[in-house]
Amino acid sequence: MTPQTPLLDVSGIGISFGGLKAVDAVSFKVGAGEVFSIIGPNGAGKTTLFNLVTGIYRPSRGSVRLDGADITAVPPHRRVSRGMARTFQNLQIFFRMTAVENVMVGCALSERTSFLADMLGLPSVFRQNRVTREKALALLDRVGLAALADAPAGALPYGALKRLEIARALAADPKILLLDEPAAGCNAVETEAIDHLIAEIAKGGIAVVLIEHDMKLVMKISDRVLVLAQGRPLAEGPPRAVRENPEVIAAYLGDIGSREADRAHG
Amino acid sequence: MKAILRSRLTPLVALALIMALVPMIAPTSFHLRVAALVWIFSLAALGLTILMGYAGQVSLGHAGFLGIGAYAVAIGPARLGLDPLLCLLLGAVLSGLIAWLVGRPILKLKGYYLAIATLGFGVIVALILHSETELTGGPDGMSVSRITLFGWRVTGALNWYWVSAGALLIGALIALNIAASPTGRALRALHDSEVAAAGAGIDVSAKKLAAFVVAAVYAAVAGGLLAAMNGLITPEAASFSHSVELVAMVIIGGLGSVFGTVLGAAFLVVLPQTLTAFQEYEQAVLGLLIMVFMIFLPQGIVPSLRAMIEERLP
Repeated sequence: MTPQTPLLDVSGIGISFGGLKAVDAVSFKVGAGEVFSIIGPNGAGKTTLFNLVTGIYRPSRGSVRLDGADITAVPPHRRVSRGMARTFQNLQIFFRMTAVENVMVGCALSERTSFLADMLGLPSVFRQNRVTREKALALLDRVGLAALADAPAGALPYGALKRLEIARALAADPKILLLDEPAAGCNAVETEAIDHLIAEIAKGGIAVVLIEHDMKLVMKISDRVLVLAQGRPLAEGPPRAVRENPEVIAAYLGDIGSREADRAHG
Repeated sequence: MKAILRSRLTPLVALALIMALVPMIAPTSFHLRVAALVWIFSLAALGLTILMGYAGQVSLGHAGFLGIGAYAVAIGPARLGLDPLLCLLLGAVLSGLIAWLVGRPILKLKGYYLAIATLGFGVIVALILHSETELTGGPDGMSVSRITLFGWRVTGALNWYWVSAGALLIGALIALNIAASPTGRALRALHDSEVAAAGAGIDVSAKKLAAFVVAAVYAAVAGGLLAAMNGLITPEAASFSHSVELVAMVIIGGLGSVFGTVLGAAFLVVLPQTLTAFQEYEQAVLGLLIMVFMIFLPQGIVPSLRAMIEERLP
């Protein structure tokens, strides 16, 4: 499923930290409704690549285009209004707020009240609050957290927080959603819920870029897979082709084997 | 009961009731003046509640903005012949403008670094007020002419009590409005995670700057009222110890709580008056009481008490 006009077009991107090329010469394209996974051993530069694409790091080389427009120099918060939303590997939850408030913050871009109206507490502010809360509740329902809407986010279990972040990212009405290890630390049931959720998001026409260690999940839901090793692309293609690529097996799957051994012992 | 505890305007109603009660039980005009001081310092601290309590950005130089507002009311009428009430408004605008200029570079700093940068700002303001003797009267300060509100010359403890109470009620209402709005959500969000707030499309630096400017305006209005009520202002108003006192009010009352801020201000304004019996140990006893309060109510007065009450309710 190669896209006609790529929604996201990352070309020759790279960044160095203290002379070390953390990410180097990575290019890929993702189309609407596609699930594109980035895999690779720990330290391969996956999250760094995410931070380059979302603008947290400025790349030393290469460019990022979204919907045809060059956004390489656009700051992170402005990329959101252009249709790019993400979740974080290390949870970035608003712990002092309730679950529904976390998602309401995600709706910020669709809110239309001015700072002055907010200070004066005009009726439009409370109308806006109601609209935002409705939207946030619908999104919580979609990720299966409706019952926990008014619980403090700090009291939610880990798997729920992962889904809360997805709901918050969806609240920005993105065209492209970048998920950094959404199933990490989740049990089998939670992983399956996330699997269904991602499939459903993609079916709605949103492009999904996924970093994930759970190979079963990656192989099942990805349209295409990019393998990174030491910051460089090693292989790209449909899951089956990538899995059978001998270079990938040598560089990556050995690492998976040792990780799973670690998990079994830890 | 829980609904009342959580309702948005409960603190405002409670505050208005207390304001109406105090003049009935205050035995002398001295007590009314102390109460008016509580309202004025509450107003200054409320700005910090928005900046520190909502947005999580510390300012250790906030008395600097209080000083700007106070000296605007002192200098405008005395040196330029302007109307004192107009100068109160001009002081607020000037303070907000300076906050905007100063805030743009320093709000990029975080935590301790922001604290030191704001501290530096406060020190500069105090220094200017000290040394520009021609304009400010230097360390001895200067006298302030009376404010006239629509032809009514505000004098006397009771009148100042009502003017300061009214100003605080408006300030409290605005602070509560912000808390319940999209802006308030954005501020609380960036308090917890700036990267996630930016990830939701929030312009984090613009929101921080807005909170800083609003906080500076609160402090300037409070400073202007303080100067006009006392009829005298010295550079002491902008001192570092005053900045620390404002921060202490916000924290003792409970970070982010509007009603708590008023309690914190009452604590730090009223206690020194009642501790005069300890004479030279007054400051030490005050310090000790602050320590005891923070040990037993670590989240500040209001959040700690609310947690205790909610625990006991079915």
